[in-house]
Amino acid sequence: MATLDTGATEIRASSATLLEGARAKQKRSTAQLARWILLFLGGVLMVMPIAYMISTSLKWPFEVYNVSLIPEEPHLENYAYVLEDGRFYNWFVNSLVIATITTISSLFFDSLIGYTLCKFRFRGRYLVFIAILSTLMIPTEMLVIPWYLMSQSFGWLDSYWGIMFPGLMTAFGVFLMKQFFETVPDDFLEAARIDGLNEFQIWWTVAMPMVRPALAALASFIFLGNWTAFLWPLIVTTSSELYTLPVGLSSFGDEADVQWELIMTGAAISTIPTLVVFLIFQRFIIRGVVMAGLKG
Amino acid sequence: MLSYQNLTIKQKRTVWAWMFLAVPILFFVVIRFYPTFNAFVLSFQEWNLLGARTWTGLDNYVRLVEDPVFWKVFANTFIYLLLGTPISLVLSFVIAYHLDQIRFAHGFLRALYFLPFMTSAVAMAWVWRWFYQGVPIGLFNNILASVGIGQIAFLNSTTWALPAVLAPAVWAGLGFQIIIFMAGLRAIPRSYYEAAKIDGVSWWTVLWEITLPLLKPTIVFIVVFSSIGFLRIFDHVFNMTTNDPGGPLNATKPLVLMIYETAFDSFNMGYAAAQTVVLFLILLIVSLIQLRVLRDR
Repeated sequence: MATLDTGATEIRASSATLLEGARAKQKRSTAQLARWILLFLGGVLMVMPIAYMISTSLKWPFEVYNVSLIPEEPHLENYAYVLEDGRFYNWFVNSLVIATITTISSLFFDSLIGYTLCKFRFRGRYLVFIAILSTLMIPTEMLVIPWYLMSQSFGWLDSYWGIMFPGLMTAFGVFLMKQFFETVPDDFLEAARIDGLNEFQIWWTVAMPMVRPALAALASFIFLGNWTAFLWPLIVTTSSELYTLPVGLSSFGDEADVQWELIMTGAAISTIPTLVVFLIFQRFIIRGVVMAGLKG
Repeated sequence: MLSYQNLTIKQKRTVWAWMFLAVPILFFVVIRFYPTFNAFVLSFQEWNLLGARTWTGLDNYVRLVEDPVFWKVFANTFIYLLLGTPISLVLSFVIAYHLDQIRFAHGFLRALYFLPFMTSAVAMAWVWRWFYQGVPIGLFNNILASVGIGQIAFLNSTTWALPAVLAPAVWAGLGFQIIIFMAGLRAIPRSYYEAAKIDGVSWWTVLWEITLPLLKPTIVFIVVFSSIGFLRIFDHVFNMTTNDPGGPLNATKPLVLMIYETAFDSFNMGYAAAQTVVLFLILLIVSLIQLRVLRDR
């Protein structure tokens, strides 16, 4: 009887803790729900400026001043108008060409330098690395005046080359790629060497494919950086035909009596491509940010 | 006769290495080192692009110290830093801390916060500029009017303009910092939290005694990175105040905008170069102080 009794109390006690556990769990899940809703609202607030930009680019002039996010009669006339004008099309092409060439050049050279500094043993290697790394300390703003003077004396002002030359290689990319080539085992390279490949072939066909994720991350950074670059393109270009999208948009917005829905259309044209790239390569880009942040 | 065939394998590889590095070394010398050197030299000279380059010693620096606009700009630059860095640090940590504990639709929420980072500063400056207009154009003032609060002349007021320009800069950088913070949070070993749970420690104590101390390297990185960004603010200011760059009454003008105007509106190349040297020193000193303070503690 006594044993049964204690057994019953035990059962009661354990059911009490179970109940308590369930209650705590419920409380936790309510808290979790509240957290989710608050984070969601915050996130919606974060994308509001982008949403308003796109929504206004689809509105007629008469409803631009309406706070409503959803256009009454969405239409693409603003895009047709802005693109027909020809300038935005021109600037878009300029931005695309410049961002693509600088990205390819940086990827090629940054990884070649990073690979050489990581996998070759020779005197002066450390010095070259430190020298390249030290340029990270120098702000672009300090270089633009000498770059301008240089471009002026070589006739590079107002040309694609003039816009692109400062970004053909990046110290950050060299550093990042050097870190990633550390993960490539030397045995692979040695095996290729025995197979009779020359050093360039070893780098290009053996080492490069092994750091593809790092290349993808670096590519997205450099492309984004060049696509949105403003200060140097603003300085080096003077004729409208050579403007990049940010410089063009800035001058377009500045013109007298330009309507806001057209400015928003121009802003959307320069923003949508990078947003699409992000939505497609989201995982890569986020992983890239983390890699760059932790390694850098 | 020294030919490639007669070299040892090690020597051959050294030849390859220098071949790979030849063009890059030329690039870094001509496009990075020489211009840096040139900027320092130019800061001791006077030149308006047309006349002769003349040595003026420390004149440009003396002129800078005596220029009231420079001190206004200097103060603005630090206000951008002192408002922007702490606000974005706290906001991004709070969001990352909570987002880290969410499983349902985690990727979707993360994307919402990260999206602004992918935008172009110029495009977004124009969007925010539109938000800040007065009734009936601007969104913010329309909302204020509908709740019955008086109008705020955001970009035309000497008190409101600077925070108004800073807001989109903070907004755009937040997503990047959140991602970095979440990676830092993930790197903290679970065992610390489990031990704390067994000891029955409150979440507040866990936050202050475990999470934040272990997150220190991440915090150092974000503080240094975002400080450099705010000290170099330009795109947002230039595009939100184009009628009167850096206005009203220089209330929003940062150092980089002053450099731009001195060099490319007034063509005082030497004076502008001296300003860039000051910017370089500010960036260097601020980064070194932060690394020191945050590492030691």
